[in-house]
Amino acid sequence: MSTTTVTPERSGFSVSEYIVCLNGIVWREALRFLHQRERFVSALVRPLVWLFIFAAGFRQVLGISIIPPYETYILYEVYIAPGLMAMIQLFNGMQSSLSMVYDREMGNMRTLLVSPLPRGYLLFCKLLAGTAVSLLQVYAFLLIAWFWDITPPTIGYLTVLPALVLSGLMLGALGMLISASIKQLENFAGVMNFVIFPMFFASSALYPLWRVQEGSPMLYYVCQCNPFTHAVELIRFALYGKMNWVSLAVVGGCTVVFMIGAILAYDPSRGLVRRGPGGGEA
Amino acid sequence: MTATDAHIASQPSPDAGTVATVQPALSIGNVSHSYGPRRALIDVNFTVQPASFTALLGLNGAGKSTLFSLVTRLFGIQNGQIKIFGHDISRTPGEALRLMGVVFQPRTLDLDLSLTQNLLYHAALHGISRREARLRSAEVLGRIGLADRASSKVRDLSGGQMRRLEIARALLHRPRLLLLDEATVGLDVKARADILDHVRQLVTEQGIGVLWATHLFDEIMPGDDLVVLHQGRMLAHGPMSRVIADAAAQDVNTAFMRLTGTATLTGKPPT
Repeated sequence: MSTTTVTPERSGFSVSEYIVCLNGIVWREALRFLHQRERFVSALVRPLVWLFIFAAGFRQVLGISIIPPYETYILYEVYIAPGLMAMIQLFNGMQSSLSMVYDREMGNMRTLLVSPLPRGYLLFCKLLAGTAVSLLQVYAFLLIAWFWDITPPTIGYLTVLPALVLSGLMLGALGMLISASIKQLENFAGVMNFVIFPMFFASSALYPLWRVQEGSPMLYYVCQCNPFTHAVELIRFALYGKMNWVSLAVVGGCTVVFMIGAILAYDPSRGLVRRGPGGGEA
Repeated sequence: MTATDAHIASQPSPDAGTVATVQPALSIGNVSHSYGPRRALIDVNFTVQPASFTALLGLNGAGKSTLFSLVTRLFGIQNGQIKIFGHDISRTPGEALRLMGVVFQPRTLDLDLSLTQNLLYHAALHGISRREARLRSAEVLGRIGLADRASSKVRDLSGGQMRRLEIARALLHRPRLLLLDEATVGLDVKARADILDHVRQLVTEQGIGVLWATHLFDEIMPGDDLVVLHQGRMLAHGPMSRVIADAAAQDVNTAFMRLTGTATLTGKPPT
């Protein structure tokens, strides 16, 4: 039997290695985003169509009373702006999950998953990277909206940032959780029908909940249970320098739950996805 | 110190600085895996030594890719144990994965990024600083003859060049075990020979342990170790000459046919 002198091998990872990894994942996500300019344009066009066309048409139909955080009567465009900001993040979160399904089918996801750093951390980095991209889109939307008389207080552009980060993380984590349970890219169309549209329409993004309650108490309770409603309200209050504590608690709690679910789903020993012999990984 | 010694020298030991036995680069112990009712791997046992080239030979559907997915922790281990230089892939995956480079059967490069960008991304996933990663990227691209294409998009490379880049990427974090899952599939004869030569050089010059999954007999050389996998069962393991002798055959092709023919008829490995 051969023998040899053994030297110690380092175990664990240093803080700098974690930071390098985070930077690398965000950098790659940014590069991919820059390579997909049409994605940026379409992410902006969608809410702008709602703002310029839908809101203009509904301005006369839907009256908005004075409700917090607003201190005076507002135009319908002003009301739906936070909902459209959240919509950008919702679509971005789902787009990220779509790209994860695509990466998995194309094999790119393996590069990430065979990294020695903890898988939960890798997924969190991916989530942060997706959120950073959504922030760029939201601020670009706010810039254009400013010319459409959507002019929150100047400080609001700053105070809304933490709310956007948290809501971006929640919606990204939801997308990641969904991506773990989708086996093929073709199945992703179902996400549009069963996740994005119900979440968006059964929320306070387009109409205040008191108006919903007048029309359908049942739908009102559905909207109250929808985490997207709370993401919208968190953003709405933060945009005016105020805090909605209930929404903060719901969005924070959902972020943790969705993130844990995604990490478990991508855990090779407990993954939600049962792998087939010729199928993709994870 | 030889390349082999150098690569053995940093194996884990509770008592560093003492004399210890050589750890296998890869140790597969009683590994079984099922997809629902279908058993894809049944009690597979073998080791890959440092500075050795081990060919994992099996037909399509033999269980090679499943085994790779288990070793790389893409799948969770249902039964058995897998160790990389003594590190259990289930218990200390970080330490195990750090010592391993992988080239998967499907291409895993980002086609829209440049060669350098792909390498830098991989380096970041291993916690290698940007400065060090740039140095290593330039070095490996030079070694595989693609230095002049560093800024090109991967999409513009040929199949053989992509494979070389994937191998270079797998070596960027300086692993001591390299896994290649049918790395030459779809390549022309010259590209196949180039890649095989390159990998064999890594074994002799850098002491890397290589597990090379293939179904092509002409990729196996007389000095190689051989693992024959068929319908999820390991039918033979050892130096190629011994596997051929045990099968009472003249060459690896005949030995493989005899082994798998027996298995097909009886459903059990030959005794």
